[in-house]
Amino acid sequence: MVDKKDRFNLKSITKSKGFSSFTAALMAIFLGLVFGFIIMLIADPGSAVAGFRYIVVGGLRRVGDVFYFATPILMTGLAVGFAFRMGLFNIGASGQYTMGMFFALYVGFMWDLPGSTHWIVAVIAGMVGGMIFGFIPGIFKALLNVNEVITSIMFNYIGMYFVDMMIQKNSAMYVSEMTRTKYLPETAQLPSLGVAGSNVSVGIILAILIAIVLYIILEKTTFGYELKATGFNKYAAEYAGMQGKRNIILTMVIAGGMAGLGGAFAIMAPSQIAGSSMTYEPINIIAANGFTGIAVSLLGNSHPLGIIFSATFISHIQRGGTLASLVGYKPEIIDIVIAVIIYFSAFAMIMNTSIKKFFIEKFGKKGKEEVKIEANSEGVE
Amino acid sequence: MEEVKVENYIIEMLNITKEFPGIKANDDITLRLKKGEIHALLGENGAGKSTLMSVLFGLYQAEKGKIRKDGKEVKINNPNDANALGIGMVHQHFKLVEIFTVLENIILGVEPNNMGFLKKEEARKKVVDLSEKYGLRVNPDALIEDISVGMQQRVEILKMLYRDNDILIFDEPTAVLTPQEIKELLQIMKDMAEEGKSILFITHKLNEIMEVADRCTVLRKGKGIGTVNVGESSKEELSKMMVGRDISFTVDKEISKPEDVVLSIKNMTVPSKLHSNNAVKNVSFDVRAGEIVCLAGIDGNGQTEFVHGLTGLEKVSSGEITLCGKDITKASIRQRSVVGMSHIPEDRHKYGLVLDYTLEQNMVLQRYWQPKFQNKGFIKFDEVRKYATDLIDKFDVRSGRGPLTIARSMSGGNQQKAIIAREIDKEHELLVAVQPTRGLDVGAIEYIHKQLVKRRDAGKAVLLISLELDEVMNVSDRILVIYEGEIVGELDPKVTDLQELGLYMSGAKRDTEKERENG
Repeated sequence: MVDKKDRFNLKSITKSKGFSSFTAALMAIFLGLVFGFIIMLIADPGSAVAGFRYIVVGGLRRVGDVFYFATPILMTGLAVGFAFRMGLFNIGASGQYTMGMFFALYVGFMWDLPGSTHWIVAVIAGMVGGMIFGFIPGIFKALLNVNEVITSIMFNYIGMYFVDMMIQKNSAMYVSEMTRTKYLPETAQLPSLGVAGSNVSVGIILAILIAIVLYIILEKTTFGYELKATGFNKYAAEYAGMQGKRNIILTMVIAGGMAGLGGAFAIMAPSQIAGSSMTYEPINIIAANGFTGIAVSLLGNSHPLGIIFSATFISHIQRGGTLASLVGYKPEIIDIVIAVIIYFSAFAMIMNTSIKKFFIEKFGKKGKEEVKIEANSEGVE
Repeated sequence: MEEVKVENYIIEMLNITKEFPGIKANDDITLRLKKGEIHALLGENGAGKSTLMSVLFGLYQAEKGKIRKDGKEVKINNPNDANALGIGMVHQHFKLVEIFTVLENIILGVEPNNMGFLKKEEARKKVVDLSEKYGLRVNPDALIEDISVGMQQRVEILKMLYRDNDILIFDEPTAVLTPQEIKELLQIMKDMAEEGKSILFITHKLNEIMEVADRCTVLRKGKGIGTVNVGESSKEELSKMMVGRDISFTVDKEISKPEDVVLSIKNMTVPSKLHSNNAVKNVSFDVRAGEIVCLAGIDGNGQTEFVHGLTGLEKVSSGEITLCGKDITKASIRQRSVVGMSHIPEDRHKYGLVLDYTLEQNMVLQRYWQPKFQNKGFIKFDEVRKYATDLIDKFDVRSGRGPLTIARSMSGGNQQKAIIAREIDKEHELLVAVQPTRGLDVGAIEYIHKQLVKRRDAGKAVLLISLELDEVMNVSDRILVIYEGEIVGELDPKVTDLQELGLYMSGAKRDTEKERENG
């Protein structure tokens, strides 16, 4: 007999869901980096090592920036991941993000509020803006059974053109000779965290708190219970008398609100030059942060806490990618790496099994069979 | 070990032991399959039948024991090895590509080709020949998603025959079939055995074994209990071997004492999703407290739509449903549940359980919103755990990790027990049980029937929807026969017989409205 106790311990660790999605993500990251390095070697063998080092550790020197850029993709990651737990693919995070940004800007420029509340109201307005653009695909899905992917893609364009148009015709917000928005009044800027050389603001702290709140909603409340039940098996949810339609709309509204907050956090951050803030250029481009949110969500396994880490990580290597241009690489090299990482994290299940095999094979033949059971969904009992 | 003439057996599985963590699925089991015989493998859910067959088919490797084919020891590491040895398997859940045609599915993996170009005509000829030879009626060009379950099974059988397998494993093939289809399948199996194919038939339906099998090996809790010649055995003996105690095939119950009307259905009509006709036409009847009313009929005569209309999964187009004096015709599913309806659904995987949830999460699926289990929207996890543990004990639901077991990993019988526990323990006046024993073994069936009778004796109304004639006759106090969406007769199980019931079910006999009213 193999020692029962040892086997059990190993099993209970490798069996936990968190562990397996974590190992899968690590594996995907590792393969993505290896692949990126190979591409760099092919492109320019001479500076590949230096460039690769920038990608991997470059972000460490700009921690503030890493967190600043992590804030919006953390929020859009939550927007995609939260809806995904209910089985909805919210591909409209970009449109919701843009709307949130616009609503925040509008309150920032057009409303005159006392300093201490101005930015708070603007943030809330941003959330409302995103919620509206989550609500519309949600109601189409719930009442007319229109696929949310299609509506939310269309609303990416509607949001982007609508916002660009609204900004361009508003002289209080827009500087036409510079094709960008004005600097926000200081009362409407997010309080800076004061990290030298970066734009990081309280946005990241709020974002992390919101992620934790979402985690609590998903895991501890009846709404989360219903939401996940619907995501796993909508027929059983219906059979149990859950209000599927209401939940679809509510989920999309919350998801939209997340992306909207992302837009608000991104645009309301103070910039490094005193008194200035981030600006928006209405040049008919769909916000990339919305799509990055899909990547963040996938890498974080749609889990709010996982998304905190995946957003930080993706932001980190994006910063590194920018630095890689110092040795002659296009910053887009990092998009290749991220793409490969996402590609591999989509194979999470396969990765899980192969990693477990790798770990367990070292502990003898007995363990190997356990992997088999995991892999066989039918079970044996 | 006894001396045997090796050449008699086409497959021998000797002293097979297969362990999973915490459970010995197969413990020193020996099974010998003769050429050209139908060999039944009988056992309760979880007795290790499927594991043993998975070992033979190369899905699992045994820790101990060996497998011999034609007397020579063989190693089967994966299904491809099994295939090369001529071993084919029809799984309980079919492995077909829904959007491919029958022919494409059959040749999948062994496509006849010329430098990569498909030679479909050749394949079609072989398939058509095979289907004629064995009476396996299929349309090679139909899409899998469009054909019935029985037809899909024939495709699975053709897949094995197409690969020239001569050892055929059937894993509970009749669980998903209608009585008519079962009859046809058993005939096909007999024909194949006559052609020299050797068949391993996993089942827990004793009638089928008595009808077709030559020999039967019985497993119980992972151990081999013995192999008997079916001709020299009886249903009673086999069931005793399987369960380890005597099983009564009749349900012990007193004469019912119906009281007040609990459920009253008037002129209910439900549209069909498949065709423009109504699936349920103008159905009216009452169910009283303290009686079990059985809606009997051949599959596909509107039972599913009727249940969906009754339970609120679908809207009825006309009619009136009254439960405990309240009109629930337009009520939501949750409202019906609150008024007093419990529902054991037909499809436990699709409706009854969230398979990726744990057992405890599934146990509160109907009640998580009640103040007992939540406070201001926050789930009381302690209460849920306590309640689930109670139910698991009370209803003897067996699983690997108790309340924390993922429902998907439980056996079908225990999944069903969990659903029954949940629905019975919930406050209710009416229990709607739709094919509650489908795919279960005699032990579990006996248990479920007892539970239904217990509900009745507790003064609840029970509406049973069943396709199994034995169940209809044994359990119910009153039988209503549904045919093409209409109630065509009301029978008393004490005076009627299977013959008469069959005539009603097949539409050969029907009462007029008047006759029904006069009883």
